[in-house]
Amino acid sequence: MRISQLLQPKSGQLALPLAIFLQLFYVVPLLLLIANSFQGDDGTGISLKNYTDFFNNPVNVKVLIDTFVMGIQVTVASLIIGYPVAYLYINAPSFWKGILTFLIMLPLLTSAVVRTFGWVVILGRQGLINTALLQLGIIEEPIRLLFTHNGVLIALTQVWMPMMVLPIVASLSQIDSRLAAASRSLGGGAWRTFWKITFPLTLPGMISGSLLVFALTVSSFVTPSIIGGGQLIYLPTLIYQQGIILLNQPFAAAVSTLLLIMVVVMVMILTALGRRSRRYIH
Amino acid sequence: MSSTLVNPPTPMPQESGFSPRQLDQISFQVVMQLIAWLGLLLLIAPSMIILITSFSASPTLQFPPPGFSLQWYTSLFSFPELRAAALNSFQVALITTLVCVVLGVSACLAMINSKGRWVIAVDALVMSPLALPGVALGLGMMTFFAMMGVQLSLFTLIVSHIVICTPYVVRNVLASLSQLGSSLQEASTALGASPVYTFFKVTLPLIRPGVLIGAFMAFLTSFDNVAVTLFLSDARTDMLPIRMWSMIQNDLDVRAAAISGVLIFLTALLMILMERFSSLSKALIGN
Repeated sequence: MRISQLLQPKSGQLALPLAIFLQLFYVVPLLLLIANSFQGDDGTGISLKNYTDFFNNPVNVKVLIDTFVMGIQVTVASLIIGYPVAYLYINAPSFWKGILTFLIMLPLLTSAVVRTFGWVVILGRQGLINTALLQLGIIEEPIRLLFTHNGVLIALTQVWMPMMVLPIVASLSQIDSRLAAASRSLGGGAWRTFWKITFPLTLPGMISGSLLVFALTVSSFVTPSIIGGGQLIYLPTLIYQQGIILLNQPFAAAVSTLLLIMVVVMVMILTALGRRSRRYIH
Repeated sequence: MSSTLVNPPTPMPQESGFSPRQLDQISFQVVMQLIAWLGLLLLIAPSMIILITSFSASPTLQFPPPGFSLQWYTSLFSFPELRAAALNSFQVALITTLVCVVLGVSACLAMINSKGRWVIAVDALVMSPLALPGVALGLGMMTFFAMMGVQLSLFTLIVSHIVICTPYVVRNVLASLSQLGSSLQEASTALGASPVYTFFKVTLPLIRPGVLIGAFMAFLTSFDNVAVTLFLSDARTDMLPIRMWSMIQNDLDVRAAAISGVLIFLTALLMILMERFSSLSKALIGN
């Protein structure tokens, strides 16, 4: 009888094990991380030393700005490229839909290390792009693509684009097809119909996609560490270097807190925008 | 009859080329299709290139390869550290997935049947690890275990993986449960079945596709994870993604291409199986 009471779905107690687990191993460590970032040199008291150290070094400030800029660039790039992919998917006949699903999903489910490795082969000195450009006689010397900001940008766009495509597909599939038909029969052209009807109606999908892509990009560790090499540093790489290699954990905790703030503020802004865009639709 | 008010339906004679209307339609289609195909090419390029490179006869990562052979795949057989790393990763991913499913499904059962405000709070709590940086979570959990005096081990690693993998299970199971509604469970209870019997005989078989997809994604996330794993595995335990990450970062070992090839094949195979048993695409694309 006691077991069956526990399994009584209306009691809410079934959520307790997970809630307690996450409080203990997720919420407490995060709070500890933030508290740790205010630790001074002697290990006691509260100080802003780690933060002043961070902002007094122009190298660190550049890392912060580079990370933010990368987040924005990858989000915009995956929106521009991902939207037509979603549009193609929605309008494809069902046989093609199956193949397109596979093409969109396989990169998403393949290991990030594997995908990044693919980009190393494409962007390397003897890689696909350099070989092609040399053969075509466009360049005489191999150009440097690995270990550059743009190399990381291309690779991260590929890695996170499916997270933009999926919410836009969901948004597009909810649009009443009679709206576009009405627009056309009233004389609206293809471009006008797209910009005035389809595009505004998919704003919620674009916003939730952007939220995911931005958060995942600024949090990315594997791709920037491989494509960026040792010289190009972003916030996650800095946290790893300070926390594991240099064992300067309070400073790493301060960098982590700054990264958390960046993600949370962006998520809040986009969530507020999302709420407004939904109000526009209904 | 007011026929004078209506234009006679005689088509305008076309001198040459397209009407502005057709031009508008064609330019829209061309631009959309061009970017979409470019996007699809971008999406599949790295996996395809790695697959081709893995059959290379060359000792370097040049592309296109000068010749083809299976040498990098056969070299994997004489690489015992790699097998140990793969086994460790598999073990951790399997235990993580099982715990995630048990904790996640029971939490979903409580969340779906309650209208309390706590549901929103728990939902936000469970989902938030998806959007937060893995390195920050890893650092926080490492500090926490150090303070508690817990040595890093497979246990600490699995605990951290459960935190980052549960969102996938909860999201998919909640979606399945909300489509199900509560009438079947109510009917079962009204007919005298115990809640336990109702869960195993009515609810679970009906939400099985959602549970399977959630478990599938949780497994892959755990198996591939680098950021959290770097902070929470002990130095002696070799994990496959970490081993591959350092192989690629340090000396661009071509053997990494062969392991990647194996992983791509396995992922594709699992995807096809998932599509057959629980229509993965429907769950992810949602139509």
